[in-house]
Amino acid sequence: MSFYDRYQDFKDLDFKQFMAGVGEQQLEEILFKQSLDWQDFLALLSPQAGSYLEPLAQRAREVSIRNFGRVILLYTPLYLANYCVNQCLYCGFKASNELPRHRLSLAEVETEAQKIAEMGIKHLLILTGESRQDSSLEYISSCVEILKEYFPALAVEIYPNSVSEYRSLIEAGVDALTIYQEVYDRQVYEQVHVQGPKQNYRYRLDAPERGCQAGMRSVNIGSLLGLADWRSEAFFTGLHAQYLQNKYPETEISVSVPRLQSALGGFAPNSVVEDRHLVQIILALRLFLPRLGITLSTREAPELRENLISLGITKMSAESSTVVGGYAVNQQGIGQFDTTDQRSVEQIKELIRGQGYQPISKNWQRI
Amino acid sequence: MTDKLELGGEKLASRLLMGTGKFPSKEIIPQAIKAADSQVVTMALRRVDFDSPAENVINYIPEEVILLPNTSGARTAEEAVRIAKLARAAGCGDWVKIEVISDHKYLLPDNQETIRATEILVEEGFVVLPYMSPDLMAAKKMAAAGAAAVMPLGAPIGTNKGLRTQDLVEILVEEIEVPIIVDAGIGKPSHAAQAMELGVEAVLVNTAIATADDPVRMAKAFAQAVEAGREAYLAGAGPVRDYAEASSPLTGFLEEG
Repeated sequence: MSFYDRYQDFKDLDFKQFMAGVGEQQLEEILFKQSLDWQDFLALLSPQAGSYLEPLAQRAREVSIRNFGRVILLYTPLYLANYCVNQCLYCGFKASNELPRHRLSLAEVETEAQKIAEMGIKHLLILTGESRQDSSLEYISSCVEILKEYFPALAVEIYPNSVSEYRSLIEAGVDALTIYQEVYDRQVYEQVHVQGPKQNYRYRLDAPERGCQAGMRSVNIGSLLGLADWRSEAFFTGLHAQYLQNKYPETEISVSVPRLQSALGGFAPNSVVEDRHLVQIILALRLFLPRLGITLSTREAPELRENLISLGITKMSAESSTVVGGYAVNQQGIGQFDTTDQRSVEQIKELIRGQGYQPISKNWQRI
Repeated sequence: MTDKLELGGEKLASRLLMGTGKFPSKEIIPQAIKAADSQVVTMALRRVDFDSPAENVINYIPEEVILLPNTSGARTAEEAVRIAKLARAAGCGDWVKIEVISDHKYLLPDNQETIRATEILVEEGFVVLPYMSPDLMAAKKMAAAGAAAVMPLGAPIGTNKGLRTQDLVEILVEEIEVPIIVDAGIGKPSHAAQAMELGVEAVLVNTAIATADDPVRMAKAFAQAVEAGREAYLAGAGPVRDYAEASSPLTGFLEEG
């Protein structure tokens, strides 16, 4: 059994019809339920639930504080390389885009690490494009060797790996895995991933589970909102998180809610996800899975990020660059996508405090 | 007043242990500890940022307080042992609260791994306070291994549900020689008083203080409740009956001349 079977159970569900049947009374009842099932979760993603955002937010805030406290963990991404063999229509690093390709030398990795550590960051997310030739696991492990001197917690967001490959990364010093399915709707998946190993839907879908099996301490999944209908995509994201949480209780499961941002290549979203929709997704996820971590990146605008803090976010990136070497080595380069919130770590900490929350830089220490 | 909590070779006036997680700011932590008069304060080693004085939670704990680093994040006995050793090496002292949790959904402790970690850490010279699910056999094994106290949960961490495990905790109070400290689940001062009335030696509170609108005031309220509960226990409360005791007995006529 893998999440693929669960996906099969639901992929032919008529989401529009299900959601059209959601009534006021049902939503009122869900607001007072202790434990939500998938029908409740889907009801919270319905257009009708859009009129209940305030009571849902009140509830979500209470659940979040009880489970996580008034605390937000900070992290930042480090792009090691932008070589990529995939052709993902929405991505700035896709193979056909003509931009300078670079892979950080180990000396450059150290320079970047020093700069990021100076910013006050302890949790680092390292990223590469998909190229087993240019960004091999050996290369990534060598980078980890250097980075672990600077950061007590290291996550990877790279191409999908086997269980034994994930184990080798853990042995090198990695403790967390981020991998987005990008889009659960298989038809859309095939349309937007037109070339390269990423075309293998199922290998990617099962990657978070392989990370759990390998012993990653935390696993973060997500759907790139805007590629397909956001309501069903958010539903599959929650369902996937629930599957992992139930099957691998020793692993901390979290989700990201990335909205498609403009990137080199100018891909237009298939589904427009407005701010209020993003709020609805966060609230529905929080109430469906009270212990779920929810990550928010600098893709989102400063003011919106501030307002989302109290609705259930547990982790935020700060002062991010999506450029390879963007912190010290190559500040003018082209990024994977455009960030909107470009404030410094200190500024982000200040705004978190302003919301009555405590910014946390460190939540793990390699043991 | 000679009623002191004897724990790890110390005699403590306060029976309220505090946690440092979930607070809206670090600056509020010392104020809350002061208001609670706590003498033992726990913090997750995973959160302690030794590199940055402003971020290091230990710098917000008054010096006279005993540090009780906890092994939050450990999934196995081995991980708990490694974390405890890191804490000691970092200068956090010999006390350790063992938390072995391999269930992120309910955050319930793994008693079996906790017993193993207790055995190893006692052997290594730590003052060991294991957080556990209130199970008599597990508590006996932890005490036999040399735990300084046993810390059963009142309800799952962060739920604020109160002493849902009362019957099981009462058995521990009855049967276990080392102090019983109720940890987790206590949501209100009345819950803390209730636990103390049962004869537990102390309580540990974090979420209920840290997430209150006014944590400092709530810390004080907890201190008062713990004291009241302890006094009530020492005073010996009257027995609880299931029915009223009639002031005019029904069989009184038998005694009449």
